Amino acid sequence: MSDMNTAMVEKYRNSFLKEVEANVEEGEWVKMCMQCGVCSGSCPLGPHWAHPPQEIFMMIRAGKREEVLASDSMWMCTSCYNCIVRCPRELPITHIMHGLATYAKKLGLVPKGQATAEFSQIFWNNMMKKGRVNELKLGLSLYFKDGFGQGIKNAMANQKLGMNMMKAKRMSAAEFFGGHGIKDVSGLQKMIKKAEEIEAAKLEANK
Amino acid sequence: MADDKKFAGFVCTGCGIGDRLDAGQLEMTATRDGKMQSCVQHEMLCNKEGVQLIRDTIDNDGATHIMIAACSRRAKVEAFSFPDVAMSRANLREGVIWSRPDTDEARETTQEMADDYIRMACAEVKFMTKPTPSGEQELNKNILVVGGGVTGMTAALETAAAGFKVHLVEKTGALGGWAAKWHKRIPYRAAAAGVSNGTNVDLPLPIDNNVGEMIAAVEASDKITVHLNSTVTKTSGAPGRFSADITTESGSTATENFGAIVQASGWKAFDPSALAYLGSSNADVVTNVELEALANEAGDGPIKRPSDGKEVKSVVFVQNAGQASKEEGHLPYHSGIGDLISIKQALYFKDQNGKDCDTTILFDNLRTPGAAGEDFYRSGQQQMVIFSKGKVSEVTSSGSGATVNFKDLILNEDVKLDADLVVLDLGMVPNSGPNPYAVTDALEQLPYEERDKKLAEVEKQVAEASVSIESILNLDYRQGTDLPHLVNGFTDSHFICFPYETRRSGIYAAGPVRRPMDIKQAQDDATGAAMKAIQAAVNAGQGSAAHPRVGDLSYPKFRKEGCTQCKRCTVECPFGAINEDEQRYPMFNESRCRRCGTCMGACPVRVISFENYSIDSVGQQIKNVDIPDEFDEKPRILVLACENDAYPALDQAAMSGQEISAWARVIPVRCLGSVSLSWITDSMNSGYDGIVMMGCQRGKDYQCHFVRGSTMAAERMMKVGDTLQTLNLEPERVVVHEVAITDIERAPRLIKEMEEVIEKVGMSPFKF
Repeated sequence: MSDMNTAMVEKYRNSFLKEVEANVEEGEWVKMCMQCGVCSGSCPLGPHWAHPPQEIFMMIRAGKREEVLASDSMWMCTSCYNCIVRCPRELPITHIMHGLATYAKKLGLVPKGQATAEFSQIFWNNMMKKGRVNELKLGLSLYFKDGFGQGIKNAMANQKLGMNMMKAKRMSAAEFFGGHGIKDVSGLQKMIKKAEEIEAAKLEANK
Repeated sequence: MADDKKFAGFVCTGCGIGDRLDAGQLEMTATRDGKMQSCVQHEMLCNKEGVQLIRDTIDNDGATHIMIAACSRRAKVEAFSFPDVAMSRANLREGVIWSRPDTDEARETTQEMADDYIRMACAEVKFMTKPTPSGEQELNKNILVVGGGVTGMTAALETAAAGFKVHLVEKTGALGGWAAKWHKRIPYRAAAAGVSNGTNVDLPLPIDNNVGEMIAAVEASDKITVHLNSTVTKTSGAPGRFSADITTESGSTATENFGAIVQASGWKAFDPSALAYLGSSNADVVTNVELEALANEAGDGPIKRPSDGKEVKSVVFVQNAGQASKEEGHLPYHSGIGDLISIKQALYFKDQNGKDCDTTILFDNLRTPGAAGEDFYRSGQQQMVIFSKGKVSEVTSSGSGATVNFKDLILNEDVKLDADLVVLDLGMVPNSGPNPYAVTDALEQLPYEERDKKLAEVEKQVAEASVSIESILNLDYRQGTDLPHLVNGFTDSHFICFPYETRRSGIYAAGPVRRPMDIKQAQDDATGAAMKAIQAAVNAGQGSAAHPRVGDLSYPKFRKEGCTQCKRCTVECPFGAINEDEQRYPMFNESRCRRCGTCMGACPVRVISFENYSIDSVGQQIKNVDIPDEFDEKPRILVLACENDAYPALDQAAMSGQEISAWARVIPVRCLGSVSLSWITDSMNSGYDGIVMMGCQRGKDYQCHFVRGSTMAAERMMKVGDTLQTLNLEPERVVVHEVAITDIERAPRLIKEMEEVIEKVGMSPFKF
């Protein structure tokens, strides 16, 4: 458990709802849920996650901190926005899900090997280098994320797909050597860094 | 009188009647069979010219009895309003042409139907007289209001505003009732239109209690006389001439006369002693009523818990405590407004004990009725009140505070919650007097055979249960001292058509004695009841009936020499209108009567009648239908339809193009309770093949406009099978149905079903 997590547990002791309110993006909306269940019914992936949004909101209110933050539920959101469109209380459910995921990551509570979390990290690292996604490298790092042997196996299995993408000029082998980026990469990196600083300060203040 | 009668008939040929029917023949039927002294046709009787034609016949030719053959008696009521003569109407439009197909084959039977309706209307009007009011009472512009809470005070203020004088009787030494004790009120306005969802929008919050202003207004009014520390020790009379003894605690009695009465005796809190499992013995477990006292004590400061005076930092509301439960000592119903109260009280804590005070409402089914309802709930959410769906199994205590054990119904698991204070949502119990019909109601729950056997037992139970209940009005009625209850001690009300009406004419129940409600709803209720009370006083002054036959001047009359003193009329009258005089003959209180005729239907010797509705006025209609002989293959079905629901349903069916059997002859009755068994035997004897009776729904969820009319009818008709068997007839020839005003497809189908029954059992052998 990270230091920050311990600090948060200490600070909010009994009220996970308040913790969510203060630290999760759009978290203040959680209390407006009236448990109608329309979000859970609307979710195309509903049957495949541990806790549908309605239940997640109820668990937040019931103070089930560990269960919520270590859940894979918010990672399963594909941002289809069906829930937001249908929620009679107009809760930004999709945003809350992403907010919860981000918060769980900051606290270091994401379950090990959570696929979406890992992909997101790879995507982010890849994108931050040149300011745009290098598809060849993204694919390769995804293949090899579980070690070299597994990577070769993955590559062999998807060989045909890769060749087709090359043929259709959707992917270029030349990208392996550096690849092209945006005009002002360092400017972008500075912006992101500044944003991270602002967010960290906010979290620090909440501690 | 008989010599002065002059009969005139009018046949309308408008609305297609003239195209579909032979008007010349109708006219001839009216004069030859119906013995009308004159009969004229008009192509549009309801227009100015047609109405003038009728008026001239009355004014110039001295017609005293008129028969109008046109549309349904429910249509064109304003045009055909001739209060100075007796009038009957033959329903040729809805009843005949609109309910029959326009084909050549149907032409003959349609014409026969129309001729019969003309004969029936002529026969009816011959046995009617123009009703004259009894003049029993004058207009009395005094209203008695019993109960000085919000409901009573509102009723008094509204009555006074309408120019009537009020006597307000309050049992305790101060006005205001329960509401004066509340810290704040539930808001009664919803959020402004367009206020969206959000965490920082303007939603309704608890508002200041303005009961004090109301008390001041009552005290300042020169039309309201307040009697504190007083009760009503005797009430006698009838609408327009009620007489009430108002006795003070010290014993002095004043007698006053009133036109009508509003009973606003309110409610008492449910006794939580049966809720030991919810920790009702723990000092830190309080009821929602007790919490108001704690909040008042705190003023604007933080609310403190009773055990050690510690500021409350966490509070749990247990909703629905001992309500809507079948368990011993619990309330069988749900008060409905407990969730609003708990949101209000939770917001006290948010406001006075700080935003970080944990407030949890454990609900089972959250309902927030009233104007601010849903917005007030949103307001609770906005202020971070936690709403959790859970069923509380136990409240335990260890040291100070309490622990609530409950099953979280959404996460489906058992949870414990510690709190400084636990608030129980208790139900409201009506403050009614003893139910005069407690024994009858209890017996009706039993199967018919067991009723006699269990009578003594039931009487004992009722006596034991009601020994501690004080009477509120102490009515000097033969039928009992208080307003009859419907269920769970709440007074009666026909909740769709006349919500304030009780079974005692001129006495209106309002506020939580009628059903659980909050201040705003009680005020609306009181206003409605006050208006009804004024209406009752005014109607009584004119000698006309109360709802639903407003404007009816007739009242029951009886031939004393024929009366056998069987008392069925006094027992069966749903409104307690009939007392007994010293010689034990019935004594009608005309202004208590609603003119349903249940007494007329009950009377085995047929001595009770109304001027415009009697055994003869209907009996003659039955007899004046032309009955074809057995080999004509034209059966006749008598339909006795309640004029409140079934008859309009048939009219509506005709309007919407439903077909009604050509063999049916529909006679509207005031209530199925007014149906005399003699009509059934007479019609069977004269050759009808089947009888269909249509009344309103009876029982606990009754829809009968006269409360018990259709119940009484059903009871009487249970025995009709035996009568039929003595006549050697099949019992299935007579059926009773419960028909609602919306049954426009079902009602004609029920008649059609009788047609099929006749086909199966054959035609009646009694045709001559």
